[in-house]
Amino acid sequence: MSEILLMMFEFFKTGLFAVGGGLATIPFLQEMGQNYGWFDVNTLSTMIAISESTPGPMGINMATYVGYSLLGVLGSLLSTLSIVAPSIIVICIIANYFEKFKNVKIVKEIFNGLKPAVIAFIIAACLDLFLKTLFNLEMPFGLLTTFDFKCIMTMIILLIISRKYNKIHPIFFIVIAAAIGVVFRF
Amino acid sequence: MKELIALYTSWFKMGLFTFGGGYAMLPMIQRDVVEKQKWATEDEIMDYYAIGQCTPGIIAVNAATFVGYKVKGIIGGIVATLGVISPSLIIISIIAACLSNFQDIVIVQQALSGIRISVCILMAVSIYKLGKKSVTNLFGITLCVIAFVMSYFTSVSTVLLVVAAGICGVIKGRMKHE
Repeated sequence: MSEILLMMFEFFKTGLFAVGGGLATIPFLQEMGQNYGWFDVNTLSTMIAISESTPGPMGINMATYVGYSLLGVLGSLLSTLSIVAPSIIVICIIANYFEKFKNVKIVKEIFNGLKPAVIAFIIAACLDLFLKTLFNLEMPFGLLTTFDFKCIMTMIILLIISRKYNKIHPIFFIVIAAAIGVVFRF
Repeated sequence: MKELIALYTSWFKMGLFTFGGGYAMLPMIQRDVVEKQKWATEDEIMDYYAIGQCTPGIIAVNAATFVGYKVKGIIGGIVATLGVISPSLIIISIIAACLSNFQDIVIVQQALSGIRISVCILMAVSIYKLGKKSVTNLFGITLCVIAFVMSYFTSVSTVLLVVAAGICGVIKGRMKHE
């Protein structure tokens, strides 16, 4: 019971402080995983892949997935409702004097500070995910142990694909990566 | 009641057919909300988006709440929001259920290892695109570096850092004007 409440509180907090959409929820999720051990870096990465390749807003997908993996259908319902609750409250308040809000100087100023910082939070949250996926950190450092050549080759191939086909849909990208994983027995 | 049902189904459809959320949803909103249902004008939608970006929460949800609120008050806001999140709830729950059953199969694990690499690249590209838009001047670069150091190397909570960054923005704005 207390874990359900804790989860709802954490997602409410995420909905309240994640400014700027789906990506901005990642730092909060990473913090959640770290503090409560609800999921690890690998699961976070799987969650991102699933959210990118299914319809719907990414933040909602992430909340649903975490909620489900913690408590099943009930969990997914509660976590999703918790993450949207702040939006509903804030927007219903703002909608009344929406014209005024748009032009308030302090809102613009706050946002000027938030934009660059949010990028930094997302990078910080993803750095561990990058390092853990692309390098073998458990082994002692060495050219052959630290660098996983299969992984680096895949990365290069995917980078070339993403550069060449600029508008490629994330789903195809993810499917190609999955195929490489299966064919080369990662 | 009829309007509430229309709100729910309309936003359900938008949740179902947009991948990635946020701006990907804009063309659907234009077609459904502006042209078909005439719940809001195009200008209003752009304003909702602008506000959705500087208020907390997921942009698509903010847009749904705005439109719903305009049509039917608070109940409308809630119904539209439930509509836009319902498809995610259903689809993700099904995938999550499947994944926990299939996770131990070797081939699934191999696929997931491949997928993890692609996620790194997808994230790097998104971060780069977003960064180019949001970090535009010296103030932005400085704030971004400080925020990164605080976030990665210390255990200060993200909530506090978000608030601090907002305060920095206000201080900077005030300094320039005086």
